[in-house]
Amino acid sequence: MSSHAQGVKERVARGIARRYRRERNFRLAGLGAVLVGMAFLAFFFYTLIGNGYTAFLQTHILLEVELSESSIDPDGERDPQTLGRANYQGVIRNALMARFPQVEGRNDLRDLFALVSPGAGFELRNQVLANPELVGQTIRQWLVADDDVDMLVKGHMDRTAEESERRINDSQLGWIEQLEADGSVARHFNHRFFTSGDSRDPEMSGIWSAVVGSFFMLLVTLALSFPLGVATAIYLEEFAPKNRWTDLIEVNINNLAAVPSIVFGLLGLALFINFFGLPRSAPVVGGLVLTLMTLPVVIIAARASLMSVPPSIREAALGVGASKMQTIFHHVMPLALPGMLTGTIIGMARALGESAPLLMIGMVAFIVDVPESPLDPATALPVQVYLWADSPERAFVERTSAAILVLLAFLLVMNASAILLRKRFERRW
Amino acid sequence: MGKFSASFVACVSGLGAAFIVQFAHAQAARDYISIVGSSTVYPFSTVVAERFGRTTDFSTPKIESTGSGGGFKLFCSGAGVQYPDITNSSRRVRQSEIDECTRNGIAEVVEVKIGYDGIVLANFKGAPIYRLAREQIYLALAKDVPDSTGSGLIPNPYESWADIDAGLPDVRIEVLGPPPTSGTRDAFVELVMLAGCEAFPVIETLADDARDTACFTMREDGAFIEAGENDNLIVQKLEANPSALGIFGFSFLDQNQDKVQGSLIDGVAPEFDSIADGSYPVSRPLYSYVKKLHVGEIPGIEEFLAELTSEAAWGDFGYLSDRGLIPLPQTERRTVLEAVQGLENVTLSP
Repeated sequence: MSSHAQGVKERVARGIARRYRRERNFRLAGLGAVLVGMAFLAFFFYTLIGNGYTAFLQTHILLEVELSESSIDPDGERDPQTLGRANYQGVIRNALMARFPQVEGRNDLRDLFALVSPGAGFELRNQVLANPELVGQTIRQWLVADDDVDMLVKGHMDRTAEESERRINDSQLGWIEQLEADGSVARHFNHRFFTSGDSRDPEMSGIWSAVVGSFFMLLVTLALSFPLGVATAIYLEEFAPKNRWTDLIEVNINNLAAVPSIVFGLLGLALFINFFGLPRSAPVVGGLVLTLMTLPVVIIAARASLMSVPPSIREAALGVGASKMQTIFHHVMPLALPGMLTGTIIGMARALGESAPLLMIGMVAFIVDVPESPLDPATALPVQVYLWADSPERAFVERTSAAILVLLAFLLVMNASAILLRKRFERRW
Repeated sequence: MGKFSASFVACVSGLGAAFIVQFAHAQAARDYISIVGSSTVYPFSTVVAERFGRTTDFSTPKIESTGSGGGFKLFCSGAGVQYPDITNSSRRVRQSEIDECTRNGIAEVVEVKIGYDGIVLANFKGAPIYRLAREQIYLALAKDVPDSTGSGLIPNPYESWADIDAGLPDVRIEVLGPPPTSGTRDAFVELVMLAGCEAFPVIETLADDARDTACFTMREDGAFIEAGENDNLIVQKLEANPSALGIFGFSFLDQNQDKVQGSLIDGVAPEFDSIADGSYPVSRPLYSYVKKLHVGEIPGIEEFLAELTSEAAWGDFGYLSDRGLIPLPQTERRTVLEAVQGLENVTLSP
């Protein structure tokens, strides 16, 4: 007997080192998995930020712009119509010629004019319209530089490369270096990136129309998927009898949550656009499609949080004479709400990052004007990323990364608020 | 509880009905031009649209990039505000598409040929420039090729460019190209593969179907890699892999002269001038098609066409040429302009 116990003890003692070692290895493997994941994430952010941060700055060129009355407002009446129609790009060309009087010949002048963005004239126009007193003055104005100049100044284009391999030729390079020498080239905060819509001139392009489009779309999605999802969850969880039909519904909901999103896009195209005749490219349709996509997620989350409310709460309420509806709305819902909201926010975050279903309903489009209602044509943030990634101009590379960073920031805020909600309000039983 | 769900359902369906009434209202008028079609024409069409939106009082047109075929499908599905006004295409309209349009009540379509685009076969700047003939490209990329005796077809045996011609570099054949859905792929197959394979007498002896298969089927053993529709991605992959060649539009070569170089095809380098005068063999015309019924209904279509066909846009030194579009010769521009101003119906020569 005792020799038997002795044997067991010995065997345990022999095995113990091995068991500790196994546990240590298992832990190390787990830690390794986390580290590998973190390394991927770090690499992802490193390349994104490395490529994208320069897009938040934009090169400007300082010029003496003469807003002479004769060229802008020959009538002298400061009529907005006349002011709006004046040739501001011509005014900027004159300023460039005044700065570099030695440049002559059509081709050289063309190269010189190419230093300043074609959008600079529109900005000057808006400035004069907002402040007509400028007419007749000569102002020192920072004008937005062309995207090729911007790439050169930011170091994305090699100055020492052969002329044929640069999009900036030698004479242009000479002018830029002259401007740099007297401090007339500077990088300023790129406010256009946050306030304007898409543009084919990278220096004039921004994400604002995409942000507004995404906002309208999420608004529609939230307004539809939250009430519908919560109502479905309450009915299925609290009222519906458990039978074959509700089982079937449950299986289908779980299935729908796993359907690829492009399928919802096809459904949206067939149903909302072809059958109901809703406009293409409108955030309303995008919102409806994303509602279909997020609804199963919301229902599943809401049901799970209803299920986690202990039966004793319901029984106590029923015990003091509350009706079933009173029980649910006064006692169960308040306890389940944080979980429902968390699920909804996560569903919305997924909807924000979705681009595939929008392809089918015409939201992959070039939109300059900022949409004013959910019925105006619009695009969305991830779609903007896709469109820029496919554009030939070099300067769109940094803008693509910058747009991804903005999208990630939005996602981070949404997911963080979901965690915050859960931490603050969720009760554990 | 029954009352609650009933009223809830009533609420939701009421909301839905209200939404739909509002949409129907919104659909009754559209104050912006809707453009769909080719992703190759997209970069040019968007520039025109942006200028148009800025310099006139009209809204900026909305442009979707759907591909040429997808564009015609949408364009021809009907007349009315919910259908697009203009579709872009990197090939000419087909008779079947015109028939489809006519069936759906679109009797007249105006054709605008806007310029040319070259397709290049490029590689990394640090590697030697390739000088290829179209027959050689065909031999490198077709699934089945004529055997050495010229009596029949065999599965493509060529591993390296030097296997095809001793004068070519001894580098493994590796070409990145667009998928079959792309207009660039269609044009490449037609202008390079077809032209290349017709140089072999054995192809002439085949029946029509077999000939098409022999000329159009790309090899699937890894020498030809479908790299997706994104031309920028192909440029990046070429940078990472100096021994590979890539197929993409001239505008991407133009923007990345410091990273990639275009191969000479049949002895001609892909340059602005050689594409414009037609000596570079792989170029194709780009088109916009306009629904005549919508002119006057949707505000700004005529003005948009005027901007598109202005010398400042499509001229020899227009802003479209800055983006890599190869302008039409001046006489052709004049012919197209007349047809556009008269809103003439497109006719396909038989």
